[in-house]
Amino acid sequence: MTDQRVYQIQRISAHPGPVPGRGTQRAVEVCKYVDVTTCIGCKACEVACVEWNDHPFRETTFDNTYQTMPSTDWNYWNLIKFVEHQNAGGLMWLMRKDQCMHCAEPGCLLACPADGAIVQYTNGIVDFQQESCIGCGYCISGCPFDIPKFNEGTKKVYKCTLCSDRVGQGLEPACIKACPTGCLHFGTKEDMLALANTRAKQLREVSGFQNAGVYDPASVGGTHVVYVLHDITQPEQYGGLPANPVIPPSYTYWKWLAKPTGLFMAFVGVFAVFFHRIVYGPKLPQPEPVVTEHPNEVAAARAEAPRKEEP
Amino acid sequence: MSSQAERFDEAARREFAERGRTVVRRGTLLRHPVYTRVLHWAVAIFFVLSLLTGFAIYSPWLFHWIAPLFGGGPTTRFLHPWFGLAFDLFFFFQFINWFAPMAWTAADRRWMRRIGAYVKNEEKVEAEDVGFFNAGQKLYFWAIVISAVLFLVTGLPMWFDDVVPRWLVALSYVVHDLAALVMLAGFIVHVYEGTAAQPGTFRSMTDGTVTEEWAWTHHPAWYEEVTGRDPREDYERARRRQLGRERAAEAWEREQDLRERGGAVAPEEPPGP
Repeated sequence: MTDQRVYQIQRISAHPGPVPGRGTQRAVEVCKYVDVTTCIGCKACEVACVEWNDHPFRETTFDNTYQTMPSTDWNYWNLIKFVEHQNAGGLMWLMRKDQCMHCAEPGCLLACPADGAIVQYTNGIVDFQQESCIGCGYCISGCPFDIPKFNEGTKKVYKCTLCSDRVGQGLEPACIKACPTGCLHFGTKEDMLALANTRAKQLREVSGFQNAGVYDPASVGGTHVVYVLHDITQPEQYGGLPANPVIPPSYTYWKWLAKPTGLFMAFVGVFAVFFHRIVYGPKLPQPEPVVTEHPNEVAAARAEAPRKEEP
Repeated sequence: MSSQAERFDEAARREFAERGRTVVRRGTLLRHPVYTRVLHWAVAIFFVLSLLTGFAIYSPWLFHWIAPLFGGGPTTRFLHPWFGLAFDLFFFFQFINWFAPMAWTAADRRWMRRIGAYVKNEEKVEAEDVGFFNAGQKLYFWAIVISAVLFLVTGLPMWFDDVVPRWLVALSYVVHDLAALVMLAGFIVHVYEGTAAQPGTFRSMTDGTVTEEWAWTHHPAWYEEVTGRDPREDYERARRRQLGRERAAEAWEREQDLRERGGAVAPEEPPGP
């Protein structure tokens, strides 16, 4: 049985009507916590993701690193980004688990023009509903993390579901289940943040990473996947994690303010020409039929208006 | 305009005129030849199709209304760029077809200064320097030229969004919308002017002809150009004749009234012609 509460929806893409769960806040907002410092790059999470979601095994792309392929794909939602980072102390292997961040303010959902193609559950999971997807790809440009991927075959877009199907059954996501080092954790957002902050503090105070910190970007309202990074000041070095992820204003101000205004103006325009015809009348080819000097003579007489002279 | 494009346009006009038919009756003038009419309606059809499919994607408030007309969201999304391409293609030929008469002139600058009076129908007859197209029509034409280019330039990044940067798609989306809104405003006015606002105009795009009265009223300079007569003189003559007819009719009616009231004059008179 599905736990209905997990699937209560609080936000729907391009939806003009009410949403049942809008404004509601579940006690449990779920969160994935990724401790980048303890990832060994074993890729068990990648395999677990492919297996659980029934994606086919596929050829990898070797480009002289330990990274499986250049980027995530429509059927490869979880990828360890591998970076050889040179710093003053020597060489570091930076390995970051790249997947959907499940933003509180999801750029994909805001960009989407198809009603119900992207939903956000009250537990924070952002999920694509492919049966409603029209394949326009706006979500791809709306996402600051380059996560949604287009499938040429089905003309639909896919991404990590945060294993909403497993979470609905009270299970942890497949990637978490598979992690052998304990670098991946799953729980409530509150718990995960506490854990992440403790770990960051430990890194700063004990391990000598002065800039260690928790990545939970406020510019997208926080995310439901948080990282602990050795150096929170330079997230870009972890395979292009944006320091300040931004949703394009075209999907915020333009879409929710300017567009309805434009639509309203169009209706005003139709009204305007209609009433122009009613008020000013048509422009007839000249000479038009003779204009009568005194229409409705009887009515005028009844109103006791001064009678005009006969022409 | 290069002479090659002109030659192509000439050939197309000839070809269409041979295959199609435009009947110019007494008292009417040829306004739009077959080729121009075919282009206009091809552009119009694909514009409306693009507009409707675009509207579905434009606003959540219209999505559920319009997308079903085209077979649902994915089909609507699939069709829109193709409709747009067809629109651009046909408009390209329309552009070549109308490039010359759409050139902006001093008369158009004068027309723009009178636009308030034009909108309020204050002038019964257009000024004598208004040619084949007035400045309003030219303005709409050039707005479409610019929009058609913008649609293509911004439409392609949205169509092939996997090969262009994310910001370009987000920007294109706004420019595409703006161009569409400008076009829509022009379209509303265009359809209104071509139908309800100016009786006698619509037939210029269906039958291809207009009455002489229509021509000297709305495009006097063009009337002079094609008939060789002075539009104002012809208009005044028509007006005098009409007044004469009107007076004669009134006199006849008065006489008729007298007879009927008199009773005895012509009780058995058959009904008038």
